[in-house]
Amino acid sequence: MSVSGRGSKLVALAAVTALVLGVTACGSDDGDSGTTAGGKPDKLVLETFSEFGYDELVKQYEKDTGIKVELRKTAQLNEYRPKIVRSLATGKGIADVVALEEGILNEFKTNPANWADLTPLVKDHSTEYLPWKWELGKAGDGRLIGLPTDVGSLAVCYRTDLFKEAGLPVERDAVTALWPDWPAFIETGKKYRDKTGKGLLDSVTTASSAITMQIGGDIFYDAENNIVADKSASVKQAWDISLQMVDANITAKTATWSPEWSAGFKQGTFAATFCPSWMLGIVQDNSGPENKGKWDVAGVPGGSGNWGGSWLAVPERGKHKAEAAKLAEYLTSATSQVAAFKLKGPLPTNLEALKNPDFQSYTNPYFSDAPTGKIFGGSVEGIKPVHLGPKHQAVKEQAMEPALRAYENGEANAKAAWDQFIKDAATQGAF
Amino acid sequence: MALATPARPAAPAQTGPPRHRTTGSAKRARWDMKYSPYLYIAPFFIVFGIFGLYPMVKTAWMSLHDWDLIGEHTFIGFDNYVELMKDDYFWNALVNTLGIFVVATVPQLILALFLANLLNRTRLRGKTFFRMAIFVPNITSVAAVAIVFGMLFQRDFGVVNWLLSFAGVDAIDWDAQRWSSWTAIAFMVDWRWTGYNALILLAGMQAIPRDLYEAAALDGANHWRQFWRITLPMLTPTFVFVVLLSTIGGLQLFTEPLLFGNGNMRGGTQREFQTLAMYMYEKGINSLNTAGYGAAIAWALFVLIGIIAAINLAVVRRTVK
Repeated sequence: MSVSGRGSKLVALAAVTALVLGVTACGSDDGDSGTTAGGKPDKLVLETFSEFGYDELVKQYEKDTGIKVELRKTAQLNEYRPKIVRSLATGKGIADVVALEEGILNEFKTNPANWADLTPLVKDHSTEYLPWKWELGKAGDGRLIGLPTDVGSLAVCYRTDLFKEAGLPVERDAVTALWPDWPAFIETGKKYRDKTGKGLLDSVTTASSAITMQIGGDIFYDAENNIVADKSASVKQAWDISLQMVDANITAKTATWSPEWSAGFKQGTFAATFCPSWMLGIVQDNSGPENKGKWDVAGVPGGSGNWGGSWLAVPERGKHKAEAAKLAEYLTSATSQVAAFKLKGPLPTNLEALKNPDFQSYTNPYFSDAPTGKIFGGSVEGIKPVHLGPKHQAVKEQAMEPALRAYENGEANAKAAWDQFIKDAATQGAF
Repeated sequence: MALATPARPAAPAQTGPPRHRTTGSAKRARWDMKYSPYLYIAPFFIVFGIFGLYPMVKTAWMSLHDWDLIGEHTFIGFDNYVELMKDDYFWNALVNTLGIFVVATVPQLILALFLANLLNRTRLRGKTFFRMAIFVPNITSVAAVAIVFGMLFQRDFGVVNWLLSFAGVDAIDWDAQRWSSWTAIAFMVDWRWTGYNALILLAGMQAIPRDLYEAAALDGANHWRQFWRITLPMLTPTFVFVVLLSTIGGLQLFTEPLLFGNGNMRGGTQREFQTLAMYMYEKGINSLNTAGYGAAIAWALFVLIGIIAAINLAVVRRTVK
């Protein structure tokens, strides 16, 4: 009987296995969008973070082509990145078109096989964009993985009403003249603190982001992608200026993206923040309609700079790569980039869009009718490409910024903060 | 099930084919008796296999590799574990996890005991209402709790700091120091779990025979004395069970500290409240190329919970004797 006893167990096991297989077989059908006759997909999924200003454009595309487009948005980049990673790693829920920001682009470039080569899928656009921006869309193996969307450029967003209360000039050229360089900015912050008792700038990390990108050169990595955070000139300079800002007590100590920070826009906890063009939409959303006309845009200390900017890429595992590439091509065209800029502020990289009179003459009603087309558009030509290594974003967000905030909050002295930064940069930056 | 009825005994007059049919159904019945129990318990094992066993085995396999989530995997043996033992941040996360566990659990259990004792009074009005009410926090979504408490403990516009300002306390930056962040997180945990534990303790208390109290009352023991001399000793097994549950939950603490720290895996600028689960996520998911290391942390956490559960079990055995 013992033999048949074992046999029965085996049968039971087999039955269970069959059930498991049945269950998993059901699970593997994850409801991909169907395909109509002629190979045209019913639906394309477009995955973006923050605000790209694509809401209207997507509707237009649906009308023109009959293909439905599902526009997904994630507010913060640090929540967005894991989503992309997960879909790439598992192949589940993968979007057809994915937006990649400059800070994470290079990390994804280290495994270029995950992305479709766009060269055969779209027309040759290589001369239509800012040349450096176009080049960055290529992976190390030469394939084109991203079509350029926007660049950040750099300006200062400031509250005219709070500046007035503090006895500072309000008019945008006069405000720009307040801070020809960073020491002058710190002096203005001290004056603001004396008059109001509050911090001028939101946090030390918006400043450090702006300064590192403004100085440029090698930031956390050298050209061969070795981590050089401890030796980099731009990092050292940005670090020193940031520490001076803390010592001068000109920040409101509201960590970027925290609830205090978001609420601070409405409450007037701080009067200024560094504004790449894409930040305009965020300032507007956080400040709410009641503060319309209280914000304005001025020039940044030390001339110009660039912070942020993205590309649209097509995952290799996507089902409809050809159609997805067409959508990306449409969204990065000159007319689309101007439309997106007007809606949410991302600054065009398409040369034709930058020359478009509609773009150049645009004034932003929320920001006291500031001529944002002229302010940001005028600075684009001067932007120098900056080399960002594979894990730039991780080193910035997980090494440099926590260390600076620890110093800002008085949790660590200058040396301890620097040591923490360098230690974390080594582990976060490894790839 | 109809199949389970035993085969009818065959009538003596009948021979041939009918008899044949009877043995057939008897065979089926026997088959049914033997195998259908496996079918009945199968759902649990299938679900456990897919969502419990498979991930564990896969995680163990991953922990032996240098594993890039979207790239290559190289076998490196136990290097990840060796590295882990030398990792300051791992030990820091361990201290945080145990620290928050103690800060949260000790007051929680004392409060739960107090509440249970209160609800156990025979003369309390609206007993059912109170018993339901203390359980409600537990069925609230963790994320909602964490977000609301995160707002209460904000530095600039938080209610807690506003209340403290009346006592002359300067605004506290809750997520900037160890003690303050642990306190805030402990509040969230306790708010959710005190009522739950109180109910379990209450059930334990009601299992204590009434006549013990009556006898004690006759001997002149007051409520307080009855509580110390009868309730507490009789409640020990339940109490240890509650401690065990809290331990397992406490060591896996993730959502509360994560949302308290504004969604950042670091848990504070200097990892003041990064728990083991958060460190596991940071290494395993957040930085793509260290997924193998994250898997090693997962196994370390598993072993840790195993050890603590074993200690608990030993304590229970001793006390029950």
